[in-house]
Amino acid sequence: MHGEFHTIKFVDDLCDGHMHCMRVCPTQAIRVRNQKASLLDDRCIDCGECVRVCPNNAIIAMTSSFKDFSKFKYTIALPSPAFYAQFGKDTTPSLILESLKKIGFNDVYDVACASEAVSIAIQEYLDTNKSPRPLISSFCPAIVQLIQIRYPNLLDHLIPIESPMEIAAREAKNLKMKETGLKASEIGAIYITPCPAKMLSIKNPLRKKHSFIDGAIAMRDIYPTLLQTISQSNGNHDIKDIQGLGLGWPIVGGQVACLKAEDCFAVGGLTDTVRILEDIENDRLKDIQYVECHSCPTACVGGTLTVENPYIARGRVLRMVEKYGLIPCQNREKIRGLYQKNFFSLIGKISPHPVQPLDEEISRAIEKMQKKQDIHDKLPKIDCGACGSPTCLAFAEDVVLERVMLDDCIFVAIKKFEKLSSDLLETVLRHSEKINSNIKMITS
Amino acid sequence: MDNTFLQTFKIQGGNIYNAGKASTEIKAILKQLGINARIVRRVAIASYEAEMNVVMYAKQATLTFEVSPSQISIIVDDEGPGIPDVSLAMQEGFSTATREMREMGFGAGMGLPNIKKNSDYLKIESVIGKGTKVIITLNVN
Repeated sequence: MHGEFHTIKFVDDLCDGHMHCMRVCPTQAIRVRNQKASLLDDRCIDCGECVRVCPNNAIIAMTSSFKDFSKFKYTIALPSPAFYAQFGKDTTPSLILESLKKIGFNDVYDVACASEAVSIAIQEYLDTNKSPRPLISSFCPAIVQLIQIRYPNLLDHLIPIESPMEIAAREAKNLKMKETGLKASEIGAIYITPCPAKMLSIKNPLRKKHSFIDGAIAMRDIYPTLLQTISQSNGNHDIKDIQGLGLGWPIVGGQVACLKAEDCFAVGGLTDTVRILEDIENDRLKDIQYVECHSCPTACVGGTLTVENPYIARGRVLRMVEKYGLIPCQNREKIRGLYQKNFFSLIGKISPHPVQPLDEEISRAIEKMQKKQDIHDKLPKIDCGACGSPTCLAFAEDVVLERVMLDDCIFVAIKKFEKLSSDLLETVLRHSEKINSNIKMITS
Repeated sequence: MDNTFLQTFKIQGGNIYNAGKASTEIKAILKQLGINARIVRRVAIASYEAEMNVVMYAKQATLTFEVSPSQISIIVDDEGPGIPDVSLAMQEGFSTATREMREMGFGAGMGLPNIKKNSDYLKIESVIGKGTKVIITLNVN
């Protein structure tokens, strides 16, 4: 289904047609018409690059707010491990978790530990499964959507393992149900998210009808309150130290660092990810076992809803891994056992969502493609964007699909006016000559 | 007559930086035409291998890409050394790649066999000292 749900929203009243968003959109999903930006639903992958650059804050990420959680009798906060890197070096993960309880959550659950478990599951999958290589990580929802839309060929390469966020939420809920006697629907699992894309897998899970996460609150929304609570704390906490390699997951290479397989690598940012996906599609990387892909150049620590400079945050993650990462938080044999019972498996299949073709009927699509090329040949090919389409080629397509008129291109319009004015001038001259000679005839 | 779409691409020999650009564009076009994903993948592999052969061995080439509702064809016509023994070159693992090429991950001797595997029809015409013409076609249905 196209356009069913996106995690970003354009607010028309705030937009004044600056075009920053249109220029950065990696899938060319934004158009600016009549000085308002709008989204082509079937192309958006919810990466949030537009949210970052809008000078008017006219693009909002649709995350949850505290009042959405009042319907739950019991709430559990699950911060993305990237959250631990948003604070100074004296603020330990355990202190952050403790402070989340102080600001109103009934309990907290560490996702980094689930990340370590998922890493072991990935290794098991690599060791025991013969599916097409390289396998591609399926934990960045924007990347999964990019593959659904532009690389449906590569869907069998996505590793069919559940994300740490979901595994942690399921565990946390089961634990609390046993402990409190409450029903699943009465317990709210709230993710503290670095990006709007995670919201996508919560509201619109890829394959299941249901996610174990009930809401996601933006890091930047919760940060000020939490910082205040942390600064007032005496540093003591009851929660035991957070450990394990899972702490490294929010940076580029964090997943790969947990794997034993040699032929793996990590890539951050959509430009480089697209290059890798193109190579995989061309069958160039068959010797690689696993590719970790992130939509954000610095992975989750640089998500659009984070607070800290991503490079500073990355440095903190590296130090945390040095300090706490070497002590495992999971028992490998136990995780292997769970893996064999399909504890980590994704259910169902991730379906393709290819971009709408130029026409449903192939012969007409070919005709339109030829027309698109002919139009493109008439354009200046400088991708100025003044027409409100990101490139001349995108504009040619918009003309073919009748979204705009050819002379919405300022260069085409100028040529048209030049032609019109020279025609007009010629007509005027011809007529004035005629009139002059007529006058001469009358007066002579 | 059926509608056809035609586009030509220039490929420069030795230009590793731009290698694969034509195949990337071809893929994008096929996806926009709504061609089945499995066929797009086969075209991608075949055209990429053909393009890489030019980049590796030839001086330059013209790639002509044509698509009709029933057929996709890719013709790569290069100015290059030519292939002395086409049937030998078609064997898996046969390669004349240099060490440098292999270090870049090419030259495993799978180029032409891979094209054959991913096309419905393949014809290679080669004249020593002049060049090679590779004709690849795939059925759309």
